Amino acid sequence: MTTIEEPAAPSQTAALSIDGLEMSYIVRGTPRKVLRGVTFDVRPGEAYGLVGESGCGKSTTAYAALRYLPSNGVIDAGTVTSGGEELTSMSARQLREFRAKRASMVFQDPVQAVNPVLKIGRQVAEAFVVMGQSKKEAEKSALHALERVRIAAPRSVMERYPHQLSGGMLQRVVIAMGLACDPTLLVLDEPTTGLDATVEAEVLDLVRDLRSELNSAILLIAHNLGVIRTMCDRVGVMYAGRVVEEGSVDEVFDNPSHPYTKGLLNSIPRHGLRKTDRQLFAIPGTAPQIGADLPTCVYIDRCPISTDVCRTEVPPIVQRSDGHWTRCHHEDRIADVPEPDESAIKYDVGTEQIIGVNGVSKTFRQRGHDVPALVGVDFGFAEGETLGLVGESGSGKSTLAKTMLGVHAADEGGTITLRGRVMADKATARREESVRALSMIFQNPDSALNRAWTVRRILERSVVKLTGVKGAAADKRVEEIAAAMQLTPRHLDMRPRQLSGGLKQRVAIARAFAGNPEVVVCDEPTSALDVSVQAAILNLLAQLQNDERTSYMFISHDIGVVRYLADRIAVMYLGRIMEIGSTASMFEGTNHPYTEALLSAVPSVDGIAEDRIPLTGSIPSPANPPSGCVFHTRCHRAIAGLCEVTEPEIRELSPGHSIKCHLTVEQLNEPFEIAPDADLATPVDDPTP
Amino acid sequence: MSDVPGARGAIPQPVSGGAAAAAPVPAVASDGGKAGRNQIRREQRRVLFTSPAFVVGCLIVGFWVLAAIAPGLLTSAGEKEFVEAGNNSRPFGETWLGTDSTGWDVYARIIYGARPILIVAPIATALAIVVGTLLGLIMGYYRGWVDEVLSRVLEAILSIPVILMAILVVTTFGKSTPIIVGTIALLFVPAITRTIRSAAISESDLDYVTSAKMRGENGLYIVSREILPNVVGLVVVELTVRLGYAVFTYATLAFLGFIGGSVTDADWGVDVAQQFNQIVNDRWWSSIFPATAIATLVIGVNLIADSIDKALKS
Repeated sequence: MTTIEEPAAPSQTAALSIDGLEMSYIVRGTPRKVLRGVTFDVRPGEAYGLVGESGCGKSTTAYAALRYLPSNGVIDAGTVTSGGEELTSMSARQLREFRAKRASMVFQDPVQAVNPVLKIGRQVAEAFVVMGQSKKEAEKSALHALERVRIAAPRSVMERYPHQLSGGMLQRVVIAMGLACDPTLLVLDEPTTGLDATVEAEVLDLVRDLRSELNSAILLIAHNLGVIRTMCDRVGVMYAGRVVEEGSVDEVFDNPSHPYTKGLLNSIPRHGLRKTDRQLFAIPGTAPQIGADLPTCVYIDRCPISTDVCRTEVPPIVQRSDGHWTRCHHEDRIADVPEPDESAIKYDVGTEQIIGVNGVSKTFRQRGHDVPALVGVDFGFAEGETLGLVGESGSGKSTLAKTMLGVHAADEGGTITLRGRVMADKATARREESVRALSMIFQNPDSALNRAWTVRRILERSVVKLTGVKGAAADKRVEEIAAAMQLTPRHLDMRPRQLSGGLKQRVAIARAFAGNPEVVVCDEPTSALDVSVQAAILNLLAQLQNDERTSYMFISHDIGVVRYLADRIAVMYLGRIMEIGSTASMFEGTNHPYTEALLSAVPSVDGIAEDRIPLTGSIPSPANPPSGCVFHTRCHRAIAGLCEVTEPEIRELSPGHSIKCHLTVEQLNEPFEIAPDADLATPVDDPTP
Repeated sequence: MSDVPGARGAIPQPVSGGAAAAAPVPAVASDGGKAGRNQIRREQRRVLFTSPAFVVGCLIVGFWVLAAIAPGLLTSAGEKEFVEAGNNSRPFGETWLGTDSTGWDVYARIIYGARPILIVAPIATALAIVVGTLLGLIMGYYRGWVDEVLSRVLEAILSIPVILMAILVVTTFGKSTPIIVGTIALLFVPAITRTIRSAAISESDLDYVTSAKMRGENGLYIVSREILPNVVGLVVVELTVRLGYAVFTYATLAFLGFIGGSVTDADWGVDVAQQFNQIVNDRWWSSIFPATAIATLVIGVNLIADSIDKALKS
């Protein structure tokens, strides 16, 4: 173990070298520190990842890398150098030149990065015009650029407007624009956040392929550890405006040496972890606010192995192995960071079916067209059971949830039963006990909680309305539920906007449990949260399930989370259940081709590289579903002459594990060869949603 | 585990199974507690009270409100008192703002003239706000055919010019203060409804409304208890903005002679109408000063409206 003052000295040749960067945002006249000495290098041709939770300064660092600073952002100290030139001292003109010719940035939301009223061709061509090409040349270059990002039929795409393209296609277009100048540095700020897992995989594949063609260095910002692991060579872990650990992705993720990195990795379900194995690790406390006073170690307030020296001295940079360092006084005591406990919860699944969904369809009428959002959905689940529901956006997961809860009325013919008794369509027409028995936790607590109400009023209304308890008894019940969610009485008098994201979600969970429900539908309850907060919420949900014997329908796009929590998993596509079975059977290998593709799309933090099965194109419009098996247009195993003609019946592979597919088990188990040209993103033919 | 910082013991820990290490500790917003909420309010209030526009607006409006309540405090001359200076006396001489062609003190007329406009404009605005908010919420929440039908009706009202509407109403129902209040309110309802409706539509799309539906709440409860508190800020802004317009509209109608009452009663719009023909005789003061009074009240109200809007958005 050697201790040196600074990591490797910034080299003249680095594509990007950030050295001791300190930045503040001026908020109402007072400067608030966001970056507290960020130092790292991105070598030419290298992909460098920055991870960290929201508010740690990773996006600020990304913007600072190209000196795109908001008007209230001030660089207090440090330098940003690219290819030997210092950005921090460039004039506005030099900076413009630098951004036009040498570096580019891809933002999180492709929809906001393009101009909605200009054709794609014109926008891409503009990137070349900026570089001094004539209109004619630029048009040719634009076509070439679109070909390079593997868009099928680039000529027709150039004639389209942004709203006619899917999110994944649009992100390709934005990347094509970013690559126009053959940049030496490409900064990607959460390029796949908000995209479906399958689209995310598509975009990541593209970036990976392009890396071998270009000589650009990539700075990738992501909160998803799996994305960083599969995409990057080296990674820097950021916390409160400082890089606390840096090294190769394998070293950092498999052998973390900073207590924060270790906590972060322990908070996500890895290596196929299940709720019956152990709890997830939730890092205690919250991340410091922007501008907090942290003179020594930034992680000190949440660190389980901190000692007095951490408060008095700035931690040194400690080399672990070649290029892997950590900024910690107690690097040798990393093993003392507590591991999560073995799970003491048994999770009994009852035998009585509590909810039965029998042949439920839901058709919306849109501008005179019938849009089937759910088609003959059949399933049920038992007391205390968790059913995971996965599928791309637009597959009907939320519609199914809302139909179950009586927000939409299902079409004639289908029934939803509660303990064998058919429930009315609309919640207002349901018996009191049926309304009480079902509740929902929404994805976004900001939208789900009435911001004009206090937490107490939010909870009290549900208690009064659902249980009929009034007055002092209701107050008592509110306090009980709040306590069970680890909310203090102080929180009860606050309004949602005064609470952090995790606390808001706890309030939403408390509300969902106010009426002692038998079934709680969780619609992506943790996707808006940071991973360490997600861990606490998932632990809480698991605990509540065990205490209250509640059944969950858990909707999520995060396969790892679903695998951790669910007893059974159902896969939806275009309003139909394509596969349903126990969690174990889903991960045994024989799957519906759609499930197979979905599972292979997930970027794994465990770093097991598997060949991804591409899902070509995007999900078809439900208004105009494909003939035969609805999945045949994107299926890598489709049998010509059969799949596009006849819709398969759902059939049982093994007890409790069913798929809706024509293929035999042998055909499904055959290894699949990925065609080299399979990565084309095809334009959507029907732009109407 | 003793070296974990933070007062974890204070928080109830219902999690069993010795999950001390893994048990999450609730995060508390740094400015937590009631203090936090008050802080936001305080911050908004500070922005409002330190805004020069707000202070000036309040001073102007305050002056006219005082005039409307207690005109005797601001002028010694009466509303219809023939002052010593005689008629058509120039301003800044024997009387402050001169006298009109009848021989009445222009300043006293202005002070007494604040009352009718400050009775009609606020009442008409309040009426329009109540009706407009109600309609907007109902249309935005229920949508469907209710929304379609009401939207067409409101568009029809919007398409009728102000003066034409006043002529229609006055010839049908006669001249009186309640009729004028009703007319102004009717004119303002469509615009207010549209604003509130669009806010109600975006609120209805939020999940707290879905959640209320799932609890089996009825539409009336959702609209009045869940959605309304979230559009109150908008209602306040709309109220102040419309008040400015109402002042202007009332003055216009008074000028055109659509209000009831005697032409000898002090009223800014009526006085301008009675005296503006004196301008050709170079006796500008008897009409320009009441007109200026109208302008200051409109400006004062708009200054307040703008500052409230800014403070709510800060």
